[in-house]
Amino acid sequence: MSSKNYIALFLFVLLGFAGVWRLQERIDVQQSEVAREDDQLMLRSSKLVKGLSLEYAPLVADIYWTRVVQYFGNKQAENQVDLRLLWPLLDVTSVLDPQLMPVYHFGSTFLSDASPRGAGRPDLAVELLERGLRANPDEWRLYYDLGFVYYFDMKDYAKASAALYEGSKNPKAFIWMKAMAAKIATEGNSTETSNFLWQDVYNTTKDPLVKQNALRHLQLLRAEDDRKQIDVLADEYQKRFGRRPVRMSELVQSGLLRREPVDALGYPYILSEAGRAELNLKTPLRDKWIKAPGSK
Amino acid sequence: MTELAIDIENLTKDYPYGFLHLKKRRSLESLTMQVQAGEVFGFLGPNGAGKSTTIKLLMRLIFPTAGSARILGKPISDIEMHRDIGYLPEQPYFYDYLTAAELLDYFARFHDFTAAERRERVQRMLKKVGLESAGRIQLRKYSKGMLQRVGLAQAILHDPAVVVLDEPMSGLDPVGRREVRDIILELKKQGKTVLFSTHILSDAEMLCDRVGVIVGGKLQGVGAPSELVGVKAQGMEILFELPADAASGGELLAQATRTGDRYRLQVEESGLYTAMERLGAAGAKILSVTQVKPSLEEYFMHLVEADRAQSAAVEVRAK
Amino acid sequence: MTRIGTVALNTFREAVRDRVLYNLVFFALVMMAAAILVGQISIGIEQIVIVSLGLSAISIIGLLISVFIGVGLVSKEIDKRTLYALLAKPLRRWEFILGKFAGLVLTLTVNTAAMAAGLFLALFYVKRSLEQADTVVLIAVYFILLKLALVVALAMLFSCFTTPLLAILFTAGLYIAGLFVHEMRGLQGGLIDPMLGRLLRWISYLLPNFENFDVMGAAAHGRVIPGALIAQNTAYAVVYCAIVLAVAMAIFSQRNLK
Ligand SMILES: Nc1ncnc2c1ncn2[C@@H]1O[C@H](COP(=O)(O)OP(=O)(O)O)[C@@H](O)[C@H]1O
Ligand SMILES: [Mg+2]
Repeated sequence: MSSKNYIALFLFVLLGFAGVWRLQERIDVQQSEVAREDDQLMLRSSKLVKGLSLEYAPLVADIYWTRVVQYFGNKQAENQVDLRLLWPLLDVTSVLDPQLMPVYHFGSTFLSDASPRGAGRPDLAVELLERGLRANPDEWRLYYDLGFVYYFDMKDYAKASAALYEGSKNPKAFIWMKAMAAKIATEGNSTETSNFLWQDVYNTTKDPLVKQNALRHLQLLRAEDDRKQIDVLADEYQKRFGRRPVRMSELVQSGLLRREPVDALGYPYILSEAGRAELNLKTPLRDKWIKAPGSK
Repeated sequence: MTELAIDIENLTKDYPYGFLHLKKRRSLESLTMQVQAGEVFGFLGPNGAGKSTTIKLLMRLIFPTAGSARILGKPISDIEMHRDIGYLPEQPYFYDYLTAAELLDYFARFHDFTAAERRERVQRMLKKVGLESAGRIQLRKYSKGMLQRVGLAQAILHDPAVVVLDEPMSGLDPVGRREVRDIILELKKQGKTVLFSTHILSDAEMLCDRVGVIVGGKLQGVGAPSELVGVKAQGMEILFELPADAASGGELLAQATRTGDRYRLQVEESGLYTAMERLGAAGAKILSVTQVKPSLEEYFMHLVEADRAQSAAVEVRAK
Repeated sequence: MTRIGTVALNTFREAVRDRVLYNLVFFALVMMAAAILVGQISIGIEQIVIVSLGLSAISIIGLLISVFIGVGLVSKEIDKRTLYALLAKPLRRWEFILGKFAGLVLTLTVNTAAMAAGLFLALFYVKRSLEQADTVVLIAVYFILLKLALVVALAMLFSCFTTPLLAILFTAGLYIAGLFVHEMRGLQGGLIDPMLGRLLRWISYLLPNFENFDVMGAAAHGRVIPGALIAQNTAYAVVYCAIVLAVAMAIFSQRNLK
């Protein structure tokens, strides 16, 4: 080939790739309209997938498991709240390989947790964990997770206590579980218990996403606590000056607070028009905040 | 007869070898050779001499390190030159899922024949190479000799002016060799140019107007077969039988080699008569007397040794 | 042009006479039958199951044919020396490459059409009717075909300069890489060095993007595929094949046969 031909070929390839690039950008636009995330999971029926994967079910389960983590991770990164596919994915995974323990721990945590953080489906979390317990009756950790779901998201303290108690019978279980079972049975919900439980998850979980979630919860619990205290101070202020404070600085000036209080991430709390303490509008904690049914 | 059919000039080919093909071995050294239009040219040389390399260079299957060649006045890089040439590869192999007729038809499609012309030609060629009855059999069932015949058929299918055949006789039985010889002679009669390679001297002698001898990638000489090999009889061979009751043949018998009942004796041409007389006296029955020529092996051995002595290394290092 | 067609038709004839091909197509049809069975036990999502299993089967069988026969198109002719006599005919080497490519694409078209017919039969069997929306499946099949043509071109390119085994590995590797182009672009977000991120982005545009041709989800759920995407994907496949084949032709035109 002569050098002229080489140059011609080079130009052709260059031009071609330029065209490919342009086309790709347009195709990306079109594809984003056609593709839906449901497509990630064509086969949602766990029985069907199990049948299709023959003796490789555990292997396929692993693949589905990585998909679960990927799916959830992507959602977190995109700050999306729609976790509709979490259950079908977990469902298929746990049927394919009922012995895959991380599925239950991770799955129940994020299935049950309320909407911005999880799928808000504690009922499904319970179903998943009970399925796990049927296949692995000796796994005390499943009771631990079950107790969590009942305590935090279903607010069913009797069942939470029962689950923790059941788990505590296993000699390998955490020692505190029995005591905590008793405490929840008598007291029900308490900040102290909540704090302890999340702290324990934070200390013991091996899953980074679960750990991060526990940290958030601890931070939120602290914020809840802080807000209550600020509200008490605001009541005191009202008693002294005959009106609700509207700015945090008023509390500081009056000497009730030494300085403006901040949340776990360093953002100052603010006061609402009604003079109630709230999270700063800018704090990331707010994204994970669940508005209590009463407040707006 | 002065027109050049094939004109090769300084054609050189290095084959890379060794790790990452960094080294090069010269397999053809500056070959300059001409084949006249209308002649049958024999390309002679032992195995590994560079015959196939030369032919593949002419067919543009491989590309030269240096040098050039023209066929029928056109440079070989010109695709048009392929309209007028036929080529039989060495140990040919064809699509084994086709029948011979289909293969020939396929090849014929690259020339501008009508469907009817193609059909007629294919039949004619199959007949010519003696494959009429086997034309409808898939080539995977063909023997080596039959493939060789198919190869020959496809080479002459389109009436090319220049036919290049790489070892056309190899793999053929005596009948097949005879038929190939006849085909080559017929081509010559039609005024075609034939270049064929062989390592069998007798084939060349029988057919060629001229031969070129190549050894170790170098052309050793070109000329008429007789003048080139310098066929000087080494002597005469007498074949005879010796009846059991015959008298002892004396020292002559001691020189003869025995195969079964027969004896072979080689003598100088000048001593032929005395030898025959003596054998007759001894009661031997003389069966035949033939001239002994140098075998091709001997001829080649001679050239190869000369080549080795001349230059030990034909290797060039990679830059 | 007629010479290219001649080579193409012979390539097609070779494939037709190759029993492996029938086995593969037979296997695909068995898959369709299985899809019907599976579809029937998964009530409510028969359509999704049959379409996704059917399209997967068409794609996988097509890929196997494209890679293995595609790599063999040129290398087998060189190894068996069937090419020698052919190239002595008035046939240019680039014509040979184009003819071989066209021949295999023709083969794949016929194959894919046969399998697609099987898929539609399966759909019809289950649903007892075909709707307008099922044309999406046809478009998905067409996209698979575009993808296969690109795979064939790549397989031919690699087989022009390496051994068949390596060519198969390269083609398969590039195919898999081409499925993750999206992830490659997504990697930039702070996770890696920005320079590397930009480089990856560049590469992601140059790699053959096989995700473009994947509309299985839309097909399974009967969603509409915009006409623009059909046109763009066609153009993408044509342009990319042209680039790859041009390079393959250039390399092969200079290659010394053994
Ligand atoms: N593809 C190749 N790679 C390396 N060396 C080769 C190749 N083809 C031929 N040769 C070498 O070139 C020389 C000439 O070979 P060839 O032309 O085939 O001889 P012949 O006269 O028997 O046809 C031999 O030494 C052979 O080993
Ligand atoms: Mg040879």
